[in-house]
Amino acid sequence: MTSGPAFLGYARADGTVGTRNHVLVVPTVICSAVVAERIAAAIAPVGAALPHLAGCGQIGPDLTVTHETLAAYARHPNVGAVVVVALGCEQVVAQQIADAARHAGRPAHIVSIQGEGGTLRATARGIEIARELAASLDSVERSWCPASSLVLSVKCGGSDYTSGLASNPAVGRLADTLVDLGGAVVLGEIAEIMGAEHLLAARASTPATGAQLLRVISRVEAEAMALGVDIRGTQPSPGNIRGGLTTIEEKSLGATHKAGERTRLEDVVGYAAPIAKRGLTVMDTPGLDVESVTGMVGGGAQIVVFTTGLGTPTGNPIAPVIKVTGNSRTAQTMADNIDVDVSGILTTGESFDVAARRLFTEMLEVASGRPTAAERLGHREFAIYRRNPTI
Amino acid sequence: MITAIVVHDGDNVATALEPIEAGQTVSAGPARLTAIDAIPRGHKIALRDIAAGAAVVKYGSPIGTASSPIAAGAHVHTHNVASARGRGDLHVAPRSPDIGIP
Repeated sequence: MTSGPAFLGYARADGTVGTRNHVLVVPTVICSAVVAERIAAAIAPVGAALPHLAGCGQIGPDLTVTHETLAAYARHPNVGAVVVVALGCEQVVAQQIADAARHAGRPAHIVSIQGEGGTLRATARGIEIARELAASLDSVERSWCPASSLVLSVKCGGSDYTSGLASNPAVGRLADTLVDLGGAVVLGEIAEIMGAEHLLAARASTPATGAQLLRVISRVEAEAMALGVDIRGTQPSPGNIRGGLTTIEEKSLGATHKAGERTRLEDVVGYAAPIAKRGLTVMDTPGLDVESVTGMVGGGAQIVVFTTGLGTPTGNPIAPVIKVTGNSRTAQTMADNIDVDVSGILTTGESFDVAARRLFTEMLEVASGRPTAAERLGHREFAIYRRNPTI
Repeated sequence: MITAIVVHDGDNVATALEPIEAGQTVSAGPARLTAIDAIPRGHKIALRDIAAGAAVVKYGSPIGTASSPIAAGAHVHTHNVASARGRGDLHVAPRSPDIGIP
């Protein structure tokens, strides 16, 4: 038992706490993705597959990122057991993924399509193993865990004018509250800090951390500029522009609110790299929603709070994604995708603090097992950040 | 009267919470002004004259520069505000040889 705000989570042997208890089915390569999905579907909803486009034809940093992202999911606190589905001739090493799970105290098995002798036999063998693992997870019970054990990913997508004025500042107050309690918050999407970096750098706990943030932002801006076109058109996106956002600076200033108003920036980490510090971490992820959420969950976030003005369905295979909108029309037109409506901030004068308290309650209830809209709808999007060509 | 939100004291634009028609009086923080353009919901209205090249300020920080003179009450958006960031179009990028795909 614990004092202070708590939720019913899965306390893991390695000291981490999960909000879900999935059997994770990991294809090492695109070629084994369909078999992995069929195995996971046989034990739905406890089964979660990670279909992806990578795992072969990659050299250098992208191959490392693929390996590390898959390994990060295999040892994630929301995962109770792992089945790795290999083809047999690919670059990604199945043993490395399985070892990551075992080192974190989770059972892991490998099924190889070439080794088993084809799709049908590999699928049947995988389902047999997955059912046994799912049965063994049935007996694991949730226990009270402190809110401080949460790593909260904050994210926005399909932004409009309400994001910066209502939902992001409300989520920022949630982030401040969680950090005050000793929890961790991760912010991604480097391109969407461009224009607001001075505010975050000023909150860096050390000059070195602030300098690191500025270096990562300069690198992403240089990569975009090397393409010889105006970033406007993707940042902000056509929908963002229709929604009233004029420049990336405006979008970023609104977006950065969701990382809190006073949290100190403690660390800047690479894509899907472990989030090792409490307080605020910035992760080097692209602005594409699914790649960004995939990376932050890989880093250890057990829950995601995702604001949207225009409405968007994005979920994640293993982490609950809570959708928050500050747009009263979107709350109605996309009601099946929205978990929390904070549009009252703009329409009826609800205060940021009252909205943040509702978000905090929602976060703990979802962390304790209540399904989100994305989970109910089966949204399990997963995509690994790629920066190099497929060779 | 129709309301536009001013986020920060130093801002020279406000955000329209409802569509505004040209000629309507708008309440923006302590200010009252007349819209000279139609402003769609969620878009911005200039609170005062902004000279070409001057910073457009929202959230207390620059969100870009005026690409033409903007009069108080005008619609402020991509047609009269330029971003200062990620402007690969303004820089000569090193081109890799374009070998194309046969």
